[in-house]
Amino acid sequence: MAKLSVPTIESFKVTLTIRRFDPENDSEPKWVDFEVEMFGTDRVLDALHKIKWEQDGSLTFRRSCAHGVCGSDAMRINGLNRLACKTLIKDLDISKPIFVEPIKGLPVEKDLIVDMTPFYKAYMEINPFLVATDKPKKERLQSPEERARYDDTTKCILCAACTSSCPVFWTDGQYFGPAAIVNAHRFIFDSRDEDTELRLDILNDKEGVWRCRTTFNCTEACPRGIEVTKAIAEVKQAILRGRV
Amino acid sequence: MAEKVATEDNITYHSFDVLIVGAGGAGMRAAIEAGTDLKVGVVSKLFPTRSHTGAAQGGMAAALANVEEDSWEWHTFDTVKGGDYLVDQDAAEILAKESVQAVIDLENMGLPFNRTPDGKIDQRRFGGHTRDHGKAPVRRSCYAADRTGHMILQTLYQNCVKLGINFFNEFYVLDLVMNDGKPAGVVAYELATGDIHVFQAKSIVFATGGFGKIYKTTSNAHTLTGDGVAIAFRRGIPLEDMEFYQFHPTGLAGLGILLSEAARGEGGILRNSDGERFMERYAPTIKDLAPRDMVARAMANEVREGRGGGPNKDYVFLDLTHLEPAVIDAKLPDITEFARTYLGVEPYTEQIPVFPTAHYAMGGIPTNIKAEVLSDNDTVIPGLYAAGECACVSVHGANRLGTNSLLDINVFGKRAGQYSVEYARTATQVPMPENAADDVIAMIDKVRRSKGKEKIGQLRKELQETMDKNAQVFRTEETLNEALEKVKEFRKRYENIAIQDHGKRFNTDLLEAIELSFLLDLAEVTVVACRERRESRGAHLREDYTTRDDKNFMVHSMVYKQDKIDKDTGINMRIGWKPVVVTNYQPMERKY
Repeated sequence: MAKLSVPTIESFKVTLTIRRFDPENDSEPKWVDFEVEMFGTDRVLDALHKIKWEQDGSLTFRRSCAHGVCGSDAMRINGLNRLACKTLIKDLDISKPIFVEPIKGLPVEKDLIVDMTPFYKAYMEINPFLVATDKPKKERLQSPEERARYDDTTKCILCAACTSSCPVFWTDGQYFGPAAIVNAHRFIFDSRDEDTELRLDILNDKEGVWRCRTTFNCTEACPRGIEVTKAIAEVKQAILRGRV
Repeated sequence: MAEKVATEDNITYHSFDVLIVGAGGAGMRAAIEAGTDLKVGVVSKLFPTRSHTGAAQGGMAAALANVEEDSWEWHTFDTVKGGDYLVDQDAAEILAKESVQAVIDLENMGLPFNRTPDGKIDQRRFGGHTRDHGKAPVRRSCYAADRTGHMILQTLYQNCVKLGINFFNEFYVLDLVMNDGKPAGVVAYELATGDIHVFQAKSIVFATGGFGKIYKTTSNAHTLTGDGVAIAFRRGIPLEDMEFYQFHPTGLAGLGILLSEAARGEGGILRNSDGERFMERYAPTIKDLAPRDMVARAMANEVREGRGGGPNKDYVFLDLTHLEPAVIDAKLPDITEFARTYLGVEPYTEQIPVFPTAHYAMGGIPTNIKAEVLSDNDTVIPGLYAAGECACVSVHGANRLGTNSLLDINVFGKRAGQYSVEYARTATQVPMPENAADDVIAMIDKVRRSKGKEKIGQLRKELQETMDKNAQVFRTEETLNEALEKVKEFRKRYENIAIQDHGKRFNTDLLEAIELSFLLDLAEVTVVACRERRESRGAHLREDYTTRDDKNFMVHSMVYKQDKIDKDTGINMRIGWKPVVVTNYQPMERKY
């Protein structure tokens, strides 16, 4: 039992260059190289674990599910925001070091861990919950077409890859950011929700959707494949029209 | 909001009416039910939406009968039979009866279920769920694509935000404080600061999830280290039915990442290297939709008999190639994406290599149908509750049916919330002993100062490999004794560990070491329970006792920690047995 397949891909050495910072000991962040033996089918998270478990236990990062659904391990890998557990090493150029650093725009707590408080605060501000005053005895009805209208934005796992890839958010921490708008979209376009007007009003704020400069960084960064920029555009249109 | 009663050294004291440990599905459902008129707090080692409920895929069972005839009684029967008659039938009745309201609750909270053309909640087939006592598969699983758990977790968190529930995120609960046999509170370690927090509460709900990380090949998250279950055990609470651990048939080969049973519910077929649909031989009536224990065993058997695929012939195939790509995209988008991302396999045109993966603990902290924790076969510990995977109520018996766990967390999470609040309204606080945090402080200090040679990662890897080798789908007295000896050796080596991070802030090195100590406890309890159950039932297959033995083993196991070495088990654990509650269904041979 529990035999494992011998990977058909050869193992190889790869260097990870990781941005490290421990405020208990360091005055400023530094880049540190680690060399690890990996297989092509391994993920960047596997490499980080290998370093932590075999070389330096103090390397610090968040992770949980390890297959892209919990949203813990968003980080900047070779300059792009990704989940470490969904980034296969074979998809990166291993002839050069792999650069790993914390996501941008949020305060670094230690190594790859950032303070997510500002990110969650923006999420809370859009009232991320269904508002419906009726008291149905059974399920509310919703057609498959109505359900499809907001399907894409229900996929969000709050990993912050989108928000922390947004140049507007980097320079203006007050901006709601793509993730909060995605979660507002999820309710604005839900036929059961009664608070559309308030939600549109909140996002019509000067720090709302109009700060978006349509750079598409967020759409490229989303590990769930959500069309984030499109969702933001739909919210903009709804504000202009005054309805969904 | 949390009141800080007093502060001394770096210990912060908090006081609540109801304190919930764990913010996955069961914990947050309990929190919503507990509401806000009393002081309710939730302590979680993760930010709530990181909890592993979010990884559940296929659906939540409920006899809504939206798409075809169904009844809660059929659901009860399927649950009992699926659990190989080790299910407590009073609990299964509650699970099935209250399932309909549980689904309606979630829909009303905003959960985006898939819909039928007339706008009702859509339903699909799942393993072991049948019409009229086994006649044919029935559409009972309410679902939201193949991310039903994600939707449940998000919806519950959204409603906690709406209610203003008070969360303590990234706080690791490391001890349950008992005073004269009664629960006074818990002690937690704050990841960000390394500070200690003592929470006193009138009611305490454990909803801490499972412990799949005792195995190497698992669908479970890295954080599923069974902290709550191990803490309860250390404080004298027995653990029930720990020998029953579910291996989900379709893990991605070599990785263990879960591919939902919904793939088979939507028509996917398991094939061996000859291309044969082998489940026809093992379960002629419902074939690929047989319960998980039977399918996992059949797969392992195909591999054993040389009909596996791949260079080492060590997996079988999940075939979706006959399904329309549009159906795959609409109903199974995430899992097909996993196959593409992690194995580079295109499910539209290629078969996916799969093999069983450690998935779910049927056993855990014993509770009654009010989610009250038991200190023996029937004595309630007033004020202490447990729900979800960490608990054993027992609705899953020897083998859980797919879609019954998302149901379990909602039905018994809700009950835990309801009864814990009811209790807290009239109960007086059990006094918190003065030195409540001493044990945790000592435990942390010991690990922080450790200067041994053993690496945590290496020790954990060896433990997991030992469990995969000796206590997986097939087990014998010999393999189990070997596992027990190994765990003993790992315990000795654990005394000589080394960590490299000696700091206070975000010290995950330290916490991984403490989590490993929980895993060691739970692996040992699991192996002891496996060895003492000398029969085969549900997920527990003993190759030296291959048949079900209702005369001697139609009982739940209860493993107790004790100070001295027990003459039967040979270690400091005692095993007891607890009768199964039988209402309507007498044990029968289990055929599908």
